[in-house]
Amino acid sequence: MPIFEYKELKIEVDEDGFIQKPEEWNEDIAKALATTEDVAEMSEAHWKIVYYLRDYYKKFGIAPMIRKLCKETGFSLKDIYELYPSGPAKGACKVAGLTKPTGCV
Amino acid sequence: MSESKLKPEELAGNIKYEPKEKDWLDPSVEFKHGVFNYSGIPKNVEYLQQPNPRKWQPTDKDWQLPENWKQIILEGLRDRLHRFRSLQIFMDICVRCGACADKCHFFLGSGDPKNMPVLRAELLRSVYRNDFTLASKLFGKFSGSRELTVDVIKEWFYYFFQCTQCRRCSVFCPYGIDTAEITLLVRELLNLIGINIDWIITPVANSFRTGNHLGIQPHGFKDSIDFAVDELEQITGIKVDAPINKKGAEILFITPSADYFGTPHYYTLLGYLALFHEIGLDYTWSSYASEGGNFGSFISHDLMKSLNAKIYAEAKRLGVKWILGGECGHMWRVIHQYMDTLNGPADFLEVPVSPVTGTRFENTRSTKMVHICEFTADLIKNNKIKLDKSRNDHRKITFHDSCNPARALGLIEEPRYIIKNVCNNFFEMPENTIKEQTFCCGSGSGLGTDENFEMRMRGGLPRANAVKFVKEKHGVNFLGCICAIDKATLPPLIDYWVGGVDVGGVHELVGNALIMNGEKERTTDLRGEPFSE
Repeated sequence: MPIFEYKELKIEVDEDGFIQKPEEWNEDIAKALATTEDVAEMSEAHWKIVYYLRDYYKKFGIAPMIRKLCKETGFSLKDIYELYPSGPAKGACKVAGLTKPTGCV
Repeated sequence: MSESKLKPEELAGNIKYEPKEKDWLDPSVEFKHGVFNYSGIPKNVEYLQQPNPRKWQPTDKDWQLPENWKQIILEGLRDRLHRFRSLQIFMDICVRCGACADKCHFFLGSGDPKNMPVLRAELLRSVYRNDFTLASKLFGKFSGSRELTVDVIKEWFYYFFQCTQCRRCSVFCPYGIDTAEITLLVRELLNLIGINIDWIITPVANSFRTGNHLGIQPHGFKDSIDFAVDELEQITGIKVDAPINKKGAEILFITPSADYFGTPHYYTLLGYLALFHEIGLDYTWSSYASEGGNFGSFISHDLMKSLNAKIYAEAKRLGVKWILGGECGHMWRVIHQYMDTLNGPADFLEVPVSPVTGTRFENTRSTKMVHICEFTADLIKNNKIKLDKSRNDHRKITFHDSCNPARALGLIEEPRYIIKNVCNNFFEMPENTIKEQTFCCGSGSGLGTDENFEMRMRGGLPRANAVKFVKEKHGVNFLGCICAIDKATLPPLIDYWVGGVDVGGVHELVGNALIMNGEKERTTDLRGEPFSE
């Protein structure tokens, strides 16, 4: 497994840069991962999405339905792509420390 | 993942249909980022009890194969030549006429001769000739035979994961050689020594673990369906019932899990829910068989069989009469061409009869599974639902025949019949790119990954080109389809090559047009976009 290094952090990630131990996630890791996602700075809007994803993940063990994420955070899918250019599943989930969704998505 | 990608004009500019300088028997390939998929993660390979779980990637020099890998492959091939008469015939019968050569979307988008279906199959056939026929003993290398080496294994991995098992080539083969079967068998052989890809392995593991390939657990499944029910109520004013695991329901409904996870799939889910409510269907969802897709069918007959078994097992447990299937692609290949012998006969079910029209679906007599487009087309034909076509007037629609429903199930006219009844603006793409000649999205059979982006865009080029044609000629702004992989992978494909065309399901369009009894005044479609004035 590759190791992603950012400043003093060393994080075990998969080939796409998703963290391997979601339980080790913290805000510093999120900020570090955000640099790999063309997110210059984590704004309030970025954090809102991240914390929504994390709360859902704790309850259900997976990311929420994309439509649900949009509706419950109040961001359109277009907004989310502006905040996280590679989208909700690949970009936002990665920063939030979730596992990578695979399949028809 | 942010990474530099070829621009469309750069990619289109470097496709060259010229023979390569090196001999085709030379197996060497270069694994560069963008044209291959990552390996199956060891945790899930182990979970599925598949051989040789380990950390490796195709870019590694040493693939850490078992010591006796060659023996495993050759014995595996021998065993399959005996078990599958089709494979033996496909190995012997091809006369290299070349009818398939320019029919593959990966050949058209890459110009790589080994993506001609005939030559792709020759990569296996050359080994077959060497080890299983008299020809090589008499004529040696002149017979087109070669020894199985590690480089041949790597080459198999490269090219047999550049085939989406779409079967367009098979339409043109005078002998009917089914390239998808050859691809599946080679992938199955590779899997015997631990060579596979994660976009197949993890979805298969998830399907066993949670019932669906996305790994959504039962409470998450219910949460998503409940959310859709609430949102549909906000749009239509009607609260629909969406029963899960309801014993004694008449019909079990099976659809891809992406329908209750992804966008734009989700709008098709709203369409199903609205339709089922309107016709008063006595049906149930299942949290055990919460998946139509069968990622096992991309890599192994055994995995395909055990995943497929969940559908009948659940139908039996719930005591339904028959099964209705949603907008899924390869699920229909498995159902129509394998299910009856894999897990049938489903003699505990009844021959499907529409409870609304009384139509008996004789064509599903053996599997007892009806495609939702057949079901809905029959409702429309019998005038059982009210539709307002003008609610899709903001859409100029074309239809992408999803490969497997078209070529494996023969579902050609039903989706068109529905679309023409729910909208006023429908335009066909050119004849040689639709119906049984449809061009693949370029990302099917487990290849829809980010790391494979360049090859997906290459493979999808012929499809995108046809979309571009109808966009420029007729102003098309909506690409309909009936497959969850399409819904996931056509949007980035169309954005890349064309732009300005949305992708969605046929039952999303049905849901837009459907007039529900007691509905509030509708002002938007299921996406929340306003109807045209």
